[in-house]
Formats: sequence, structure tokens, C-alpha cells
Amino acid sequence: MFETLTERLESAFDKLRGKRRITETNISQSVKEIRRALLAADVHYRVAKEFTEEVKREALGQEVLKSVTPGQMLVKIVYDRLVALMGGEAAPLELKSKPAVILMAGLQGSGKTTFSAKLAKKLKSEGKKVLLAAADVYRPAAIEQLKILGEQIGVDVFAREDLKDPREIAREAMAYAKAHGHSVVIVDTAGRLSIDEEMMREISDLRELLRPDEILFVVDAMTGQDAVNTAKAFNDVLDYTGVVLTKLDGDARGGAALTIRKVVRKPIKFVGVGEKLDDLMPFHPDRMASRILGMGDVVTLVEKAQQTISEEEARRMQKRLAENKFDFEDLLSQLRQLKKMGGLKDVLSMVPGMGKMLKNVDLSDESFKHVEAIIQSMTPVERRKPEIIDKKRKMRIAMGSGTSVQQVNQLLRQLQEMRKMMRKLNKQQGGKRPKRRKLFGRF
Amino acid sequence: MGFWDVFRRKKEKARESASQWEKGLEKTRTSFWSKIKRALGGRPKIDADFLEELEDILITADVGVDTVGYIIQRLEETVEREGGMTVEALYEHLYRNMGALLVVDQKSPWDEGVSSRKPFVIMVVGVNGAGKTTTIGKLAHWFKAQGKSVILGAADTFRAAAIDQLRTWAERADVPMVAHQPGADPGAVAFDTLQAAQARGIDVAIIDTAGRLHTKEPLMRELGKIRKVMKKVIPDAPHETWLVLDATTGQNALQQARRFSAVTPLTGLVVTKLDGTAKGGVVLSVAHEMGIPIRFVGLGEKIEDLRPFDAQSFITAFFDEKAMETTA
Repeated sequence: MFETLTERLESAFDKLRGKRRITETNISQSVKEIRRALLAADVHYRVAKEFTEEVKREALGQEVLKSVTPGQMLVKIVYDRLVALMGGEAAPLELKSKPAVILMAGLQGSGKTTFSAKLAKKLKSEGKKVLLAAADVYRPAAIEQLKILGEQIGVDVFAREDLKDPREIAREAMAYAKAHGHSVVIVDTAGRLSIDEEMMREISDLRELLRPDEILFVVDAMTGQDAVNTAKAFNDVLDYTGVVLTKLDGDARGGAALTIRKVVRKPIKFVGVGEKLDDLMPFHPDRMASRILGMGDVVTLVEKAQQTISEEEARRMQKRLAENKFDFEDLLSQLRQLKKMGGLKDVLSMVPGMGKMLKNVDLSDESFKHVEAIIQSMTPVERRKPEIIDKKRKMRIAMGSGTSVQQVNQLLRQLQEMRKMMRKLNKQQGGKRPKRRKLFGRF
Repeated sequence: MGFWDVFRRKKEKARESASQWEKGLEKTRTSFWSKIKRALGGRPKIDADFLEELEDILITADVGVDTVGYIIQRLEETVEREGGMTVEALYEHLYRNMGALLVVDQKSPWDEGVSSRKPFVIMVVGVNGAGKTTTIGKLAHWFKAQGKSVILGAADTFRAAAIDQLRTWAERADVPMVAHQPGADPGAVAFDTLQAAQARGIDVAIIDTAGRLHTKEPLMRELGKIRKVMKKVIPDAPHETWLVLDATTGQNALQQARRFSAVTPLTGLVVTKLDGTAKGGVVLSVAHEMGIPIRFVGLGEKIEDLRPFDAQSFITAFFDEKAMETTA
């Protein structure tokens, strides 16, 4: 079983804890792991190499947020890049001609016939009058298969067992569609190898005479390194308009999607996820990115990475809590972390006491500025021992921070409340140190 | 092109009239060895840079990432221990290690059972579109050519027209076939096929099954049921269970092998569609990590294009001295 990328990276990260900046040496191991993960997902090795080089260039020299390890930051960079690479704008079918023609192409067993039927069903549900044309004259019973599928979904199937040339079938099917008022014709073709010149000429002829609105290249999500050759060869001959990734309901990671996207730059228009004729889905770049990286939970991980304070910090904080010494110094460092992480509301709601403390404050960065300003206007001694802050000091702090004595008072009260809350929490969970740490570790 | 050139060449020899595209392709084929030669680039000794390139060569052939890691690591160890490695030693090393990956279970050839058991039952499984039905048609032809009588069981009752497809192959190979209605219980088809085989004294019974993705639990359990039903007729059936693997499949092949063997112990692999540009290197990993030997390889669309796999001659031919000389 492949370890997940998450596991692999986390072990690589361990060595990096505490490093402040991403450098050539400290991410080389992580970059290697990412490359391996891409290869294990069947991304073409050259694409994987290029991709990781790009990522590395982008990552080098970036300052590591205190709360995140360099590796975790790298994952985020990788993930974002993957999504951007595969995503862009959604690419719907463009069916303009009357009737509009969709030509299917692909290797044997990639799932063209099943996909043709699924697509027919989808278009029918959108109010189109669809004709399925059976132009696979080679595979035994391929025409029969399409006829049965057509019957199941209630779509007309054009089949002429007496015709042996797909070109003729295509011509006849078009005439039939025009005569019977079909708005879309889906032409199912035989599976073919890209190196089979004769068969490639045939599909190129079909393209010439059908002038399709869409040419969809159907590729099995389980395809390995060869995807690049096949995708290129078909594109050279057909200049197809889109890609269909089938059998994504398996556990293949589908790196072929990235390879094809990067090499032929054609959009992935649909994914097939089952044998039922409803199992057709639009393509989601973000899901595909997680899948290729082998971490269904990549988003969660990145979020976690953003929310995790360093081990060291967590331990220190835990000790402070246990000793009931949480002071303005701690609060300030927490606030600064929070600010870096973004998504303040969510993060804050996880922190005991904090939510209550800021109940009446709107959680924008603006409001934090006041709190920060007040603390920054305190002397180090005041921060550590808030008890000594008397009326005079309050006035000085308010002046220094551009706030009012009332606001300073409010913050002082809130710190008291927080301390109380935490004392209570400590008592409740007395002895269960790990649990307490976990609570704070989520910060 | 890689590991399978040997077979392609053999095939071309066998059929003098190799079609045009095959000849055209021959020129563009760069062998595994010439790639290695290029990577070596006149280096007298193996170094870290070369190992990285070798890693890429293996990966391009779809050899599993873990198996590549295994091969490279062993090379690294040797290089480190001996402070380098000559090109000759590299070939020697690859011969031993990669060859060893392929030679699995050579002690008792599977086909010995064909003469001792009647009927000899083969169950064919695989994911959708791997080429099971086509393989079975060609297997029927192959067994017949060996002078054996064959019966086919159309237990793919799920996919539209699968039964018709197998029937066409049965007619081409001129063998009988047992079939029920579409949607019928596949176990019942297997049961009837085995009984018919016994009643008619047929040598080999081959059971087709519906393609199923290995992640679909209920469908996978169904395979176990079909197996059980067969045992009611012949207690030690099926004698062979073959997983059909599409040569274009990448790293997922290993997952397939694992999941399928969990519900029905696999005794062999059939690698199809090797006539494309795919390298099928992942079977090295399946052989290596799962210990499942390759039984047949599919090299073309024609009925005679399915060939038995012989690991020993493959390796000998692959590492043949002449090939090494021209490379080294």
C-alpha cells in the first residue's frame, strides 16, 4: 500500500521543525516526496519533474509562517498550483450546429460506449433530441451494446450492421438525424491505438466529414505513463476539444489528468464515476488535485497546518496555563498568530475563553488592531503583571494606543475572565494533559 | 520501447507480413537498453546522477514506484559499498534483480493441470475494459490449437451485449458456449458451464466475468460467490484464476491485483494491449510484490495474437549478450 503523501511528507517535515525559511536544503526531501507522490499517481515523470521544479522555485526563500512547517507550506503551494493548472474556467460543451455532432475517440476499453450513453442521457434530460450513432464496426457486439444502452435510456440509436465502413455509417447517420429532427448526434467509434495508422486515418476522415462541434477524447483514469503519448498522438490527428476521464470511481489517483492537461492543454469536460447511466459528473479541479496528491484531506491538512502552532509554542502555552500565568504577552503572541492565519472567526471559536472574551467585538482585523495597540502600549512589566496597572497607567496606555480608558478597562476585564475560564478548564481536565494540549494545539 | 520488445520481435518473425505500422514503429522504438546507454553517456562508472536517470527510465515504463525504489536502493547500496560500479556489473546486477522479479512460481507449470484435470477450469477477472472477453476468445483459440476441447461460460450477464460479444468469439474459435439471459445470476452460468463440461468430457472450461472496479465491494463479493458455486460442481475449481491487466494501466494495477486476490486468489496475470505504446512495466511490480506470474500477453487484435509468457526465455532474450554488447 502506498503511504499517503500526507504521511510521507509529515515524516519529511519532522526534520524541518523550527526552520524559519524555505531553503534549497531543507525542502529537497519534501520536493522529492512530492515528486514521488505525483509519480505514484501516474503523472508523467517529466511533467512531475517540471512541476516540482516550478513549485520549488516558487517556494524558495519564502518565509515560513511561525505556525506552519516548511513542508506544510510547500503542500499548500503544490495544491494551489495543481488546482490552478487543472482548473481555470469551467468548460461546457459547445453545441452550435444543427444537428450538433459529438465525436468520441479513445483507446480500447477506455469507456467510450458507456460514456456515449451517459452523455446522451444527460443531453436528453436537457431537452435535446439525441441520436447515438454506432460506428464501431470492429469489436464484436459493440453495435448491439449501444442499441441496448439506447433502449435503456430511451434514446434513438442509428445502427446499420450491413455497412462495414464507419465513414458510410457516419454519413448515413447524419442524413437520418437531419430527416428525423435530431438536435445532437453522438458518434461512438471503435477503440484504436494511436500507432495504428489506418485506424487513425479512419477517425481523421470521420472528423473531416462530420465537422464535429465537440471531439471528446476518452481516457481511463487508471492509465499510466503512456497517457502522454496517447493523448498527444490523438490530439495531433484530431485536435480534440475536450477530455473525458472515466472510471474515477475506482481508486486510481488519475495523474493522467494532470499530464494531459499540461501536455495538450485541453480541458477535462467530464468524469465518469460508475456503471449506472446517471454516473456522469462535471470535472472539479480541486477534488482532482487532492486525489492526485493522494490526500483526500488535503484541504483539511492545509487548514490544520495553518492552525497549528509549533510544538514548542504549544508546550510553553500549556505550561503557562497550568501555572495560571497567562498574561498580555501571551495574548499578544496568540493574536499575532491568529492574524497570520486568517479565518479568525473559525479559529477563535475553537479557543476556550477567547470566543467569550470577544463576544461583543466584531472579528475584523480592525478590531484586533485596538487590542494589539493597547497591549503594545504597555510596558513589559505591565504585560506580565497586569495587576499593577493603575489609573495612571491606564491613562498612559489609552493615550499611547489611541484608545480610551474604557477600552483599556475592558481588555483588562477580559484577561481576568480568560484566566478564570482557563482555571476552570484546568480543574475539569486535571491530570489529562494530552487532552488539554490538544485543545490548545488546535489554535 | 522496453521490456516487451522481445515479444514483439518474436511475433514479427512469426508473421512475416507484419503490417506497415509495425514496421514504421520499429524505427522509433528505443529499447530499454539503448535508453540506459544514452543515460550512461560514456560514463565508465555508475554514479548518483545515473541512478536518478535510471529511476526515470524505470518509471516511464510504469514499473511501480515502490519496486523502482527497491531496485535503485539496492544499486545505491552496492555503489556505496564498492565505491562505484562498472557498467558490466550494472548489467549483471539488473539481470539478477529484475530477472528475479519476473521468475515467480516456475517450479510447476500451470498447464500441467490441463491434462490431469478434466475439465480444467479457468476463471477470468478484471476491471472494466481490461479486455477479458477478448482474451477469453483468444484463449479458446489457443487451447484449441493445442488440441484441447474448450467450453466458454458467459458469466458476464451485466454489461450490455457482453454475451453477444463472447458468442462471436466462441463462433470464431469454434467452441461451444453456455449462456443465460442478460441479468441472470453469474454463479448459475458458471455452474451450468462446469456441468456441461463434465457431461461432454471437455478439457478446458473458461469462465468470463463482468468487469468490476476493485473498489466496489458488493461486486467483488460476487466473485467469491461465483467461486463457491463452481466448487459445488468441481471441488478444486477454479484451477486457475487470471487477472486481466491492461498494459496501459499505471500504478493502479498493483491495487487491482491486491483487491482481486483478496476475494479470489489469483494464480496468474494476462497482460493485454501490449501492441500499443504502453510498456506494461507495472507487471514487474505485480510479480515482485504479489508473487503473481504472468501467463499470457496480448500483442494484437487478431485471434492468434495472444501468446503464452515464458519468463525464462524472456529474461534470457532480454539480457541476451548481443543486446548487451551493442549497448555497452
